[in-house]
Order: sequence, then C-alpha cells, then structure tokens
Amino acid sequence: MLIDDTDRRILRHLLSEPGLATADLAERAGVTAATCWRRLERLVEGGILRGQHAVVDWRALGWAVEVSLRFTLDKTNPRAFDEFLDAARNVPEVIEIQTFLGRVDVRLNVIARDMGHYQEVYRDRILTLPHIADIESLMLVSTIKDSGSLPL
Amino acid sequence: MIALDDTDRAILRVLVADATQSAGAIGRSLGLSQPAAWRRIRRMEEAGVIAGRRIDLDTAALGFGVTVFLGVKLATKGRVSLEDFERAATAIPEVQTVQHVLGMYDYRLRVTARDLADFERVLRRRIMTLPGVGNVEANVLLSEERRPGPLG
Repeated sequence: MLIDDTDRRILRHLLSEPGLATADLAERAGVTAATCWRRLERLVEGGILRGQHAVVDWRALGWAVEVSLRFTLDKTNPRAFDEFLDAARNVPEVIEIQTFLGRVDVRLNVIARDMGHYQEVYRDRILTLPHIADIESLMLVSTIKDSGSLPL
Repeated sequence: MIALDDTDRAILRVLVADATQSAGAIGRSLGLSQPAAWRRIRRMEEAGVIAGRRIDLDTAALGFGVTVFLGVKLATKGRVSLEDFERAATAIPEVQTVQHVLGMYDYRLRVTARDLADFERVLRRRIMTLPGVGNVEANVLLSEERRPGPLG
C-alpha cells in the first residue's frame, strides 16, 4: 500500500495525540473530517494502522514493581525458544515478551505488587521456565519517554 | 490506587484489545447501560489506570524496518547530571522510549530506524554524542508481543 504526505501527516498527529477525536485530528492535520475518516479507514484496510490499545498504568493499580528480565537460552535444544515462549505466556505477571538478535535472546517485562511479591514470582514462575542459560535483571526506576513516535 | 471489580476489569480487557470501542458498544457487550459503562471508563481514566492510548502501526510498511534496544551505561556520573542525558535522549526523534533502570545499565532506549545503515547513523551521530554516555549494548528486536497481564 502506498501512502502519501497527507497520510503521514495524519499518522504523525495521531501518534502525538492518540486520544483525539477524528474531527480534532482532521483539524490538526489540515484536512476535512470526511477525508480524515476515509484516510484512516484506508490505513486500517491496508494493514498500516493495526489497532489502538488502551495503556494500563499498573502502578496505579498497585503493581509497584516492574523488572526487565533479559534471558540467554540454552540453544543446544532446537525447541528452546518455542518452549520458553509458550511457558512465559502462561505467567500472568508477564506483560511483554520480546525476542532479540544480540547478546540477549528474550526479554520479559514482569510486574509485581511489591518486592516480596516479586521475589515469589521470580522464584516460582520465572526460574522454573525451561531452557534458561542466564538471566540479567534491570529494575525500572522511571519511564521518561514512551511515545511510539516515528520520524515520519 | 483504586480497587477494580470484575466489571471494571472486563471493560479494561476490552479497551486494551481495542481502544476505539465506544462506551455504548462496551456496555452492550457486558450488559451495562451506556452511561454506566462511560462512568466506569471515566473513573479509571481519572485514577490514571487508563494512562492513554497506544497506536499500533506496521512500522516496517512505513519504512522503519529496524528496532533496536540499547542498554546505556553513563561514563561520567556526577559530572553530567542525569537530567542532561535524559533531556538530550528524549529530543532524538528516532528514540521512542527512554527508561531509567537499575542494574548493569543506567538507561534503556528503544530506537527505530529505516535499516541497519540508518541505525548506524543514529548510533554514531546521535547516541554516542549524548552527554555522559559510556558503554552501549545493542540488541536488534526480532519480535514482540504484549500480554494482557494480571487482569483476569
């Protein structure tokens, strides 16, 4: 699907203010509401705009701890990735799963209510995941920027 | 921190899957009136549980084929303040996420680029020139999935 400058402008404004109503988005992007609506439809149909999702602030729900766990897997087992990922999907405290090319194979974003709870999750549900060769953890202190913006 | 009941959690699950759903549509699917669903959504927004909206774009189709996560260690802690680094990193358009972490790195950055050559340009001209930057580790993102988390 080909996109032009108008599509890019609409997407840029949508990314910078994701909650905007279509009429306001149209005004910011300098097009009519009808054009804006049609363009968004076309971007959805073309598979460019895949969806819009509410972002949950887990801290506001009392999940105060967020840790980024970086795994190296035992790659002598050809099923290591699949089995590890399947098991990780069954841990409710895992909110994000990413795979990488680099020194790290997989990263899991794990949340917990407090440090005591984190220790429990880590011992009972993380360390028991299959094919782990090494784990490093980074504890989140604060998120300074999280925009999902693109230099369109 | 607010307490959610089962109905709130059901609404949250719907909005995480598709934030464009109207209060009326959500109410109908859960057996609530439109005003009742709207009031519950509003309450979760006001409490900061619904922190905003994430736009999911097919970034590769838009010409951004590479996402790299960087672990950044500051070299000159104390001399250059964390604020200087954060301000400069946040201003880079290719940097989508800046997180302050505890562990073997001080910051985690999510960087998007057109291809590996473009990433190299961003790394050399923009990242390596950040105030106080020391050791940098790069991992190229292969896949990512977001999980509903403990909303069940």
